[in-house]
Amino acid sequence: MQSNQTKVVLITGTSKGIGLALAQWFLSLGYIVVGCSRSACPIQQDNYEHFQVDITDELQVKRLFSTIRKKHRRLDFLINNAGVAAMNHAILTPLESVERVFSTNVFASFLFCREAVKLMRKNKFGRIVNFSTVAVPFNLEGEAIYAASKSAIETLTKILAKEFAEFGVTVNAIGPSPIQTDLIKNVPADKIENLLNKQSIKRLGEFDDVKNVIEFFTRAESDFITGQIVYLGGA
Amino acid sequence: MKLSKEECLETIYRAIDELNTTREDNEKIVQGNSTALYGPQSPMDSVDLVNLLLSIEETLEDDFDIHFTIANEKAMSLKNSPFRTVETLAAYIFESATE
Repeated sequence: MQSNQTKVVLITGTSKGIGLALAQWFLSLGYIVVGCSRSACPIQQDNYEHFQVDITDELQVKRLFSTIRKKHRRLDFLINNAGVAAMNHAILTPLESVERVFSTNVFASFLFCREAVKLMRKNKFGRIVNFSTVAVPFNLEGEAIYAASKSAIETLTKILAKEFAEFGVTVNAIGPSPIQTDLIKNVPADKIENLLNKQSIKRLGEFDDVKNVIEFFTRAESDFITGQIVYLGGA
Repeated sequence: MKLSKEECLETIYRAIDELNTTREDNEKIVQGNSTALYGPQSPMDSVDLVNLLLSIEETLEDDFDIHFTIANEKAMSLKNSPFRTVETLAAYIFESATE
């Protein structure tokens, strides 16, 4: 059941990269966008509200959702974009890195999904989009922890899709190929080239590729699409 | 903010009222201390129970500034589930909120 009021979108990690571009795109469509990140966000628009939060802190996340509930009384889309990468050989990976990656990529995504569905159930409508990666199906060496965390996201997505279906909420994930953002800025060119060669379509992804999949997942007509992982570039 | 036993019961009844707005006349949940919320005697399914607990959590937060997840590990591990009846749930909320 969808109402005609202005839709509210929550996007994590909106201070830069894909999250920032997605926030600007949803704003251009006339949506109310709530964004969050550890740092400030350059967007200055009436329909944009930014929260500087640690997304791994349950209390801070619950306060963020409480504010959305009291102010907007609704949430239509959650885009779980925020994530960190750790690209290193497993032998050289400290446990601290593992904990940091899982906290941000898995635990925070779970927290946001759980709190989002509480709000979405009120309108019996909601769309959640999580972020995986092509590193999962490619089983990339040097990305054991990052890929394992995104594997967890894929399982989470598929099971939450079942648990949230009765509330009218779909849960899907996009698995981007490498995109020129901060996430891969330190990855050597030959590694990227090697990865692109594993894809069916051998090029870097672009923001429009991500936008296209998110647009599909969030459409009203996509109410029968849930628990799906879509990889860019053909993985 | 302190919460009385009566306020715990009222909070649950308000949540039942909210749930009843979505139910047919012959399926309304009766408001009573012994109303079963969980198990074979309960008129509610698992989704109803989730919605009921979430409504209670929202009221506790909005009206009493009390933040806690009712279905936490403690609640789930108790030998006698606090979700059996309205009365046992009210007692559990009162105990947890005033700890």
